[in-house]
Amino acid sequence: MATLWGGLLRLGSLLSLSCLALSVLLLAQLSDAAKNFEDVRCKCICPPYKENSGHIYNKNISQKDCDCLHVVEPMPVRGPDVEAYCLRCECKYEERSSVTIKVTIIIYLSILGLLLLYMVYLTLVEPILKRRLFGHAQLIQSDDDIGDHQPFANAHDVLARSRSRANVLNKVEYAQQRWKLQVQEQRKSVFDRHVVLS
Amino acid sequence: MESEQLFHRGYYRNSYNSITSASSDEELLDGAGVIMDFQTSEDDNLLDGDTAVGTHYTMTNGGSINSSTHLLDLLDEPIPGVGTYDDFHTIDWVREKCKDRERHRRINSKKKESAWEMTKSLYDAWSGWLVVTLTGLASGALAGLIDIAADWMTDLKEGICLSALWYNHEQCCWGSNETTFEERDKCPQWKTWAELIIGQAEGPGSYIMNYIMYIFWALSFAFLAVSLVKVFAPYACGSGIPEIKTILSGFIIRGYLGKWTLMIKTITLVLAVASGLSLGKEGPLVHVACCCGNIFSYLFPKYSTNEAKKREVLSAASAAGVSVAFGAPIGGVLFSLEEVSYYFPLKTLWRSFFAALVAAFVLRSINPFGNSRLVLFYVEYHTPWYLFELFPFILLGVFGGLWGAFFIRANIAWCRRRKSTKFGKYPVLEVIIVAAITAVIAFPNPYTRLNTSELIKELFTDCGPLESSSLCDYRNDMNASKIVDDIPDRPAGIGVYSAIWQLCLALIFKIIMTVFTFGIKVPSGLFIPSMAIGAIAGRIVGIAVEQLAYYHHDWFIFKEWCEVGADCITPGLYAMVGAAACLGGVTRMTVSLVVIVFELTGGLEYIVPLMAAVMTSKWVGDAFGREGIYEAHIRLNGYPFLDAKEEFTHTTLAADVMRPRRNDPPLAVLTQDNMTVDDIENMINETSYNGFPVIMSKESQRLVGFALRRDLTIAIESARKKQEGIVGSSRVCFAQHTPSLPAESPRPLKLRSILDMSPFTVTDHTPMEIVVDIFRKLGLRQCLVTHNGIVLGIITKKNILEHLEQLKQHVEPLAPPWHYNKKRYPPAYGPDGKPRPRFNNVQLNLTDEEREEMEEEVYLLNSTTL
Repeated sequence: MATLWGGLLRLGSLLSLSCLALSVLLLAQLSDAAKNFEDVRCKCICPPYKENSGHIYNKNISQKDCDCLHVVEPMPVRGPDVEAYCLRCECKYEERSSVTIKVTIIIYLSILGLLLLYMVYLTLVEPILKRRLFGHAQLIQSDDDIGDHQPFANAHDVLARSRSRANVLNKVEYAQQRWKLQVQEQRKSVFDRHVVLS
Repeated sequence: MESEQLFHRGYYRNSYNSITSASSDEELLDGAGVIMDFQTSEDDNLLDGDTAVGTHYTMTNGGSINSSTHLLDLLDEPIPGVGTYDDFHTIDWVREKCKDRERHRRINSKKKESAWEMTKSLYDAWSGWLVVTLTGLASGALAGLIDIAADWMTDLKEGICLSALWYNHEQCCWGSNETTFEERDKCPQWKTWAELIIGQAEGPGSYIMNYIMYIFWALSFAFLAVSLVKVFAPYACGSGIPEIKTILSGFIIRGYLGKWTLMIKTITLVLAVASGLSLGKEGPLVHVACCCGNIFSYLFPKYSTNEAKKREVLSAASAAGVSVAFGAPIGGVLFSLEEVSYYFPLKTLWRSFFAALVAAFVLRSINPFGNSRLVLFYVEYHTPWYLFELFPFILLGVFGGLWGAFFIRANIAWCRRRKSTKFGKYPVLEVIIVAAITAVIAFPNPYTRLNTSELIKELFTDCGPLESSSLCDYRNDMNASKIVDDIPDRPAGIGVYSAIWQLCLALIFKIIMTVFTFGIKVPSGLFIPSMAIGAIAGRIVGIAVEQLAYYHHDWFIFKEWCEVGADCITPGLYAMVGAAACLGGVTRMTVSLVVIVFELTGGLEYIVPLMAAVMTSKWVGDAFGREGIYEAHIRLNGYPFLDAKEEFTHTTLAADVMRPRRNDPPLAVLTQDNMTVDDIENMINETSYNGFPVIMSKESQRLVGFALRRDLTIAIESARKKQEGIVGSSRVCFAQHTPSLPAESPRPLKLRSILDMSPFTVTDHTPMEIVVDIFRKLGLRQCLVTHNGIVLGIITKKNILEHLEQLKQHVEPLAPPWHYNKKRYPPAYGPDGKPRPRFNNVQLNLTDEEREEMEEEVYLLNSTTL
């Protein structure tokens, strides 16, 4: 049963990962197709020429019109100098996808926010809840076991308890506790024993 | 047939002290008596090897064909545990490859039976390509996310885009018409923190405000990163390449490539890069891609159940990682081949190629930098280079080699300190301190304040007339009427001289900070800071050579190419060569590095300067120490990694390396058919060895096979639970035919199915050179040492690593005369031609000190001495 549950969890995470990948890809494609008005520009950089100082011109214009003659307005020089001036300018057509940027930043910040909330819950709120639920004595005992206030310090206890009961909620808790044990083990080997990744 | 009933579904018990036991859906296909075909196993040529293996199989199994085919049929049910590995153990490549061939053969034979089986076999055949496609898609998408988010967060330290909060500085001013030629990055939409908080954009007050906000953001990003790593996934810290190298060479680190590691590494990588620490995102991206590969391989039974096949996917994934990190697909494939992979058949090469292609395509379509390129610092040069420039290029190579050697020494010393002293107990504090120092020193210098990728971009860029940075502040000849592309060498202006001073300070700062940064407990790559250091040095050298050529164009070396008004020196090219040289000095890569760098620049004409610089830096670096930074970290952590690049030049024999040593207790062996369950359990409890050779009997001592501790434990425990009549006094039988037993004795326990009947053996006089080669090329886990067919001892991967380490420490004594070994390990036959008496595997005429012990298999947790 536990393995089935683990399998489901794994499948879920896989699906979410591939969904994320696909959605980012899809968004990129979609926004490319839409070619938002502000998502293309033709940028001309013109270096100093005679008495004119250098200047940057920026215009929304299609790719075929992206040259000095279309973009540089008003033309700072007259007559025969136009050609010489324009020869020095470099015009580049660029596009971006503002939707991709927006969505990416929002996705990133929401995942970061969720993780931070969960971290705060695990390190600050959960110990207080546990203290309320299981009383003071047990907490002291588990503190002695582990030696410090690491998060998840009571994972062993809960793991032992949750084995006896069996419903969906407990399955989740079981999976969570197993994960906590793994992290605790990783933490020991990285930070305390320094056997990996030092 | 009792042995099949041993295994029942639903049995799952965590009895090996491993909280992360293998997932229970792992199948055992390791049939009894599958004989490994060592000739073909190296190339793992599934399709071609089929018939050959099949016949070999039939021949060597002799009479036991029936039982083993039945066994395989009945073992279709997943049997948890047997055939899997514990955490921190090495895999047996040969066994895994055998397993895969067995599975493949089974699917092939069933193919004709029904349409469903046909579909299944097609799915199986395509799963390799599918999994690399998915990996490429995911790593490309994640790289895009990391790029965009890291750019945004880096700029968040300076200010914010009020009109659209999700834009970074450049995107904020993207459509603005208010930018001027001199100050290209200023636009009204972008507000610095000083403007927002105290309302003034100029003056000392705003400078101090910006300074404070910069430090504040840097510290909070670093703190968030390290606490997320500490709470959720400690394995997400560091660059990850040393561990991936070790994993690819056949080591198990459970959870290292898991989904939490993936998520936390992705999230914290952005934070770490944004915090302005002297680190890059390239190495961690390889780790991220490998996590994707590992996670997706769980969708396909072909890869999820077989550790060796999984490593093929990981090789491809690491190529995809470099492909998106540098925008260099071919470079990624070569990186995977040269640096990371251990086992790289052609099939994997093509898959890596494909994965790199898919990943680069996805990243390109996301277009994270808005320049239609895969990397920020893409540059294009059109100027040629001249022969005399090879001299400064080689000088840069020497600098790169020296930097590499210095960095490896200093960083390893620092990491050793962290590992062995109390100082390593405060990872969070360390990160905060390093981040604070970096931020405080970096802000005043414009070149260190920049994001490192942007710094590299600026250093790589050539000074055309369009550039306005102080690096390009040359005294201009206003009435020159040349066109844009061909600017002659010009005298440097004040801006260039001040920029050189700032660059020198930035160089010293980067060198020192990178030593202390690499290895702190946040995701931290090494490529970008190394490249930055090389680029700074290269740019300085480039400007120096340029000025030299301008002022002394009559020198004989310059005379031919650098006349007045000619454009002969490109400082940006020097920066690029310097970057390649420094990266080469640190990692000791050659081919893949050159390819990566020329893919960055899109010009093939600079291959020769790059090759010269990289080769020089490798030579200079190798003069100070042969290992690159990744190998050095592998050795520091004591991972069991047999480097295929090193040569074994000593003359020791297998008998010198094997365990038991002379003063040790005898080899722990099992006998074929006269041990009881209790005997075996006692032996398992008393010893900590990971496997036991099985011999015919105490009298004959001939080798039968090899049984792994993990499999034995699982099999016995399961038999006690599920099988009737198995008690402590039951005989355990590894032989094919059960010996005749007295009538009243309990039923025997047949364990032939878990016996590896084809353990690899060498004789005691095999030179270690060959043994090491066998271990490297076949990826063995252990090897038995025999003499006249009698088991003398065992050599494990760890023994070999210890031996190598020993040889490195002490200069090897002159080759011992051949009879020296003969004396120590006398033949089984005495001088009179009669067999010597034996008792308990020890010949009776040996003294006590010649008792022997079998060394435990690689056991990383105690290996700090390695």
